[in-house]
Amino acid sequence: MKNENATGAARAVSTAALAAAVAAAMGTLVVPASAQEQEKCYGIAPAGQNDCKAGPGTTCAGTSRVDYQGNAWKLVPKGTCRQVELPDGREGSLVALERDVPEG
Amino acid sequence: MPWPVDDDAEAAFAAALLTTDPEQADRAPGGLFTADGGDATRRFRVHRNNVVVSLVEVLMVAFPAILRLLGEAYFRALVGEFVRAHPPRSPVLLDYGDGFPDFLDAFPPLDHYPWLGDVARLERAWSQAYHAADSTALPPDALGRVAPDALMTLRFDPHPATRLVRSRYRVVSIFRANRSPEPLSEPVRADGGEDALVTRPGLTVAVRLLPTGGAAFFAALLAGASLGEAAQAGHGDAGRTGAGDFDLTATIAVMLEAGAFQGLADELQENTKRTGPAPSK
Repeated sequence: MKNENATGAARAVSTAALAAAVAAAMGTLVVPASAQEQEKCYGIAPAGQNDCKAGPGTTCAGTSRVDYQGNAWKLVPKGTCRQVELPDGREGSLVALERDVPEG
Repeated sequence: MPWPVDDDAEAAFAAALLTTDPEQADRAPGGLFTADGGDATRRFRVHRNNVVVSLVEVLMVAFPAILRLLGEAYFRALVGEFVRAHPPRSPVLLDYGDGFPDFLDAFPPLDHYPWLGDVARLERAWSQAYHAADSTALPPDALGRVAPDALMTLRFDPHPATRLVRSRYRVVSIFRANRSPEPLSEPVRADGGEDALVTRPGLTVAVRLLPTGGAAFFAALLAGASLGEAAQAGHGDAGRTGAGDFDLTATIAVMLEAGAFQGLADELQENTKRTGPAPSK
């Protein structure tokens, strides 16, 4: 209640009070210690360990059925997707892949 | 001997799957045989059981706090009743259970636990936020770039994951205590009233306890009211409930931190700041 006229609920919120509240609110924000940026990496998750992709016809968390399923992704630190080591020459991808997609 | 698949046969099959009539439950629907022409009763019973058990397990995953509050044996029996009364209407099981909170409210044996329905509503809101389209939230410093005299009439475009759950009970405390793997350290009082703001600006769902008047503020903004009108609604609600003063500064801080909005409504019209769902194909 620092920035408002506390003279009763009936009193309209003034432009000045609102501007003061917004300014004070922005001052209290703790800028998150920038959680490392992440990106979606397709084709790297072991079966059942993918992250969620929302939307029709897509997969969701824990629903991939084969290892390294091409249309299932996992979050990885930005810039590391293609560096993930996978068997048999597979590579991670920033877009969905057609390999290792279960039938049906 | 192929199963005659016409509408009547399908309806009979579907009804037999979910029946609670013990006599009907004990035989396969008429005309259904095994591949070698034998009696399909045992096999049908297996399928019947699998259908109900799989749907019960869907709700065990979707309502973990309710599961913990009721215990697994009670939860399975209760949800078995729910599944038979409210089978899925869509093949998308992510949405299954929308009617579960109302079912809990109306289930007489649970009359003494009136907060269960609201806890389930919060769990449902969590799932909806989790599965909502991805979008970029309005950056916390966006309001700093708005001229002070434009703030009153400013309107916001809600982020697709944002949900508001208001309750006469301490739903946020109960939700948190029962979704944590830790054992309960002390009992949670149910009465008192708590409102929750559920957001998912990135990939992690956040549930925030709103300060007094905060729910009225967010309800107004989510319904398209201006920032000035929402502030008024927050003051009005705090005055009516007498639960304390409305702290506009703290509430706006929650709004900026939580990522409840994806843009400013005027920006949306000018099409300068449209942040559609992130490309996910």
